[in-house]
Amino acid sequence: MKYDVVVIGGGPAGMAAALKAKENGASVVILERDVRLGGILNQCIHNGFGLHYFGEELTGPEYANRFKVKVEQTDIKVMLESMVLSISADKVVTVLSPKEGLVHIEAKAIVLAMGCRERTAGAITLPGTRPAGIYTAGAAQKISNMDGYLVGKKVVILGSGDIGLIMARRMTLEGAEVKLVLELQPYSSGLKRNIVQCLNDFNIPLHFSHTITRVEGMPRLTGLYYAPVDEKMQPILSEEKYVECDALLLSVGLIPENDLLNGMDVKMSNITSGAVVDEYRMTSMDGLFSCGNVLHVHDLVDNVSEEAEIAGACAAKYALGELDNKGNKYNVNAINGVRYALPQVVYSGEGKVRIFFRVGAEYRNTRLNVKCGDEVLLTKKYQIVAPGEMQHIDLDKSKITGDITLELEA
Amino acid sequence: MKRKLETICINCPMGCPLVVEEIDGKIEVTGHTCIRGKKYGEQEFVNPMRVVTTLVLCEDGTAQPVKTSGPVPKDKIFAVTEAVRNIRSSKDTKIGDVIIKDVLGLGVDIIATRDAI
Repeated sequence: MKYDVVVIGGGPAGMAAALKAKENGASVVILERDVRLGGILNQCIHNGFGLHYFGEELTGPEYANRFKVKVEQTDIKVMLESMVLSISADKVVTVLSPKEGLVHIEAKAIVLAMGCRERTAGAITLPGTRPAGIYTAGAAQKISNMDGYLVGKKVVILGSGDIGLIMARRMTLEGAEVKLVLELQPYSSGLKRNIVQCLNDFNIPLHFSHTITRVEGMPRLTGLYYAPVDEKMQPILSEEKYVECDALLLSVGLIPENDLLNGMDVKMSNITSGAVVDEYRMTSMDGLFSCGNVLHVHDLVDNVSEEAEIAGACAAKYALGELDNKGNKYNVNAINGVRYALPQVVYSGEGKVRIFFRVGAEYRNTRLNVKCGDEVLLTKKYQIVAPGEMQHIDLDKSKITGDITLELEA
Repeated sequence: MKRKLETICINCPMGCPLVVEEIDGKIEVTGHTCIRGKKYGEQEFVNPMRVVTTLVLCEDGTAQPVKTSGPVPKDKIFAVTEAVRNIRSSKDTKIGDVIIKDVLGLGVDIIATRDAI
């Protein structure tokens, strides 16, 4: 099998990348390990998706369907239940499919769109026994919204990430009692909207600077102990409390699923846990592109679609020998409160380039300066910037004459 | 009767803490920093509305996601989920199909948000 562009992953990033690659004249195949296209959106039955991209509020399955319908109208080949096993240095993608067996696909360009996975109880070394009843919030969401089962009746949620907050409401609407939400940090990593509409609407208490000290029960979770933490994040055991529960949901972070790149010569960022990319979303390996949550974790799917369209279009151009990446290459650095900026590499030339960035903590009344050497290319005031909300700026490429630095004013 | 509501504005990441009170028949919002916050506070005080998304049990035992076609009063959320709990959707349901017309007379429909699986 030979394709101009092989897209790995059929979620929002994969579908948007594939459609743009097709639009740019490439032959395209999508490799998806699930039984249907749509990825995580299929289980995100709440609304709030698409305000930026479609200008209206959609549920996850509806957002996915808009792209799925478009994919079906093209001759993009879709291989479902297909697991990619490896990518070789000369861009041969090996995939296992129940219909077609073990297939080697020769690609001119590859788009990585595998998304991310959740941090688990093991990843946070949850203290106590290992009973049934402990789920990541996303796993509980899948069991509820795809399979139709409720994972518990008395629920505690650790972490105030958006999936955890969404699941607090979901479990409540299905008749479970969500006893409390515990957050280690003194602030929430979830959107304000979700705190109000998923917790406050149902009088679910949220305790900041709290963590779990021990879970109890065997074979099923029967309860857990929790306590406030001091400024060194150590639990204050004298203030430990007990709560009875039969399910614990973890919403403690997402990890880009880049295992396929293990052993490959692709430059990775230890901050985003994704590949280092240029403004075309091409990695350090020629013809290998990355987009969506496998590149860096996004808060809005609308941004995923936008980013994937860049990767898809550029992958097609690369495959057809039309990608213009001959300009001078400059690095984009992030310092002084800016946690990361992406893309990490830009080219000199015409037009504008959009740089996304995320800050490391909440800052009020601050200013972002974008510098090239000593020259300030752009400066922008922010009333508030928070780690949970990705920001972006647009730079004139003609002004870029050296490495760029994004920083917050002290 | 004097009524008071404390909430957080959801319009932007600022998350202004709002206090809304009815004083001599007039609604007073405090704590906001912009006009959007004032309007949000007034709406939340007078008649908070929410789009409800939930699941209907499909006749074949799978879960069918649905939503209200528009927002409903916040205090009707559980009445809506209860109405949905008592019915079964068809295994031929397509995205956009009306599952319940004019649910509880609230003027909105319950509609499917994906094809049955």
